[in-house]
Amino acid sequence: MNLGPHADFIVAAYAVTVFVVAGLAAWVVLDYSAQRRILGDLEERGVTRRSQRKDDQ
Amino acid sequence: MAIIDLANPTRFLTLVNRVLPWLAAITIALFAVGLVRALHAPDDYQQGATVKIMFIHVPAAWLSMMGWGVMSVAALGTLVWRHPLADVAGKAAAPVGAAFTFICLVTGSLWGRPTWGTYWVWDARLTSVLVMFLLYLGVLALYWTAEDPGRGSRAAAVLTLVGAVNIPIIKFSVDWWNTLHQPASIMRMGGSAIDPSILWPLLFMAVAFTFLFFTLHFAAMRNEILRRRVRSMRIMQAQEARA
Repeated sequence: MNLGPHADFIVAAYAVTVFVVAGLAAWVVLDYSAQRRILGDLEERGVTRRSQRKDDQ
Repeated sequence: MAIIDLANPTRFLTLVNRVLPWLAAITIALFAVGLVRALHAPDDYQQGATVKIMFIHVPAAWLSMMGWGVMSVAALGTLVWRHPLADVAGKAAAPVGAAFTFICLVTGSLWGRPTWGTYWVWDARLTSVLVMFLLYLGVLALYWTAEDPGRGSRAAAVLTLVGAVNIPIIKFSVDWWNTLHQPASIMRMGGSAIDPSILWPLLFMAVAFTFLFFTLHFAAMRNEILRRRVRSMRIMQAQEARA
């Protein structure tokens, strides 16, 4: 594939897009595991939400 | 199950956990096909190979506006019905929309240099998109820095609705003012001005980007629901410790 005399601009545009999307996806995945871990820690210590207590009664 | 039932965060979490792997798989498959079609599309007779930047710039531009549209609907849900899931949807859409707006601005700039001879001009289209990016940052600042999340959410919802005025300005800026940016060439009276050999890969990439948007949005909504549960549990823990 020949990208012509402006190949640098085309490659840079695709590289920026991949970098931003990958960064966003990584942030979402890492945030999910962090929230799951904190929730797990709290549940292990016996902390429950108010709505959970209503369900248990 | 009625659609309104999904507006319950717990039910929404169950649905997202089931749907998210499929959405991610479809997104990857669409990008695989879309990128092959985009990279093998013929060069434009005037712009040459730089037309390939269009396959990421145009979908990013569409999604930057769609993101604000999603946030606007969510803002109505927050302000009018005070629904917690609407607030979650608005907060989760903001970083995704901001990222696509950033991609739109940078790729547009990289396309502008070889096509127009400049990275940037203060014309109506470019400036109105930059204003939208700054508004996204403002909304994010309100969501992320407010001490009271409820007040921060309401302020962000108001700013979102005020910023929605900018969407028709972006869309029609190329018609209302004399701009360096080209006028609409896809959604216009008389049909698309783009040759099908370039139009179809573009539409394919637009669908792939849209699936990417909703995959990231739903995943971010799931995170936000979990974050609110953590906050609620910490408040309960603090109240118990004080009692």
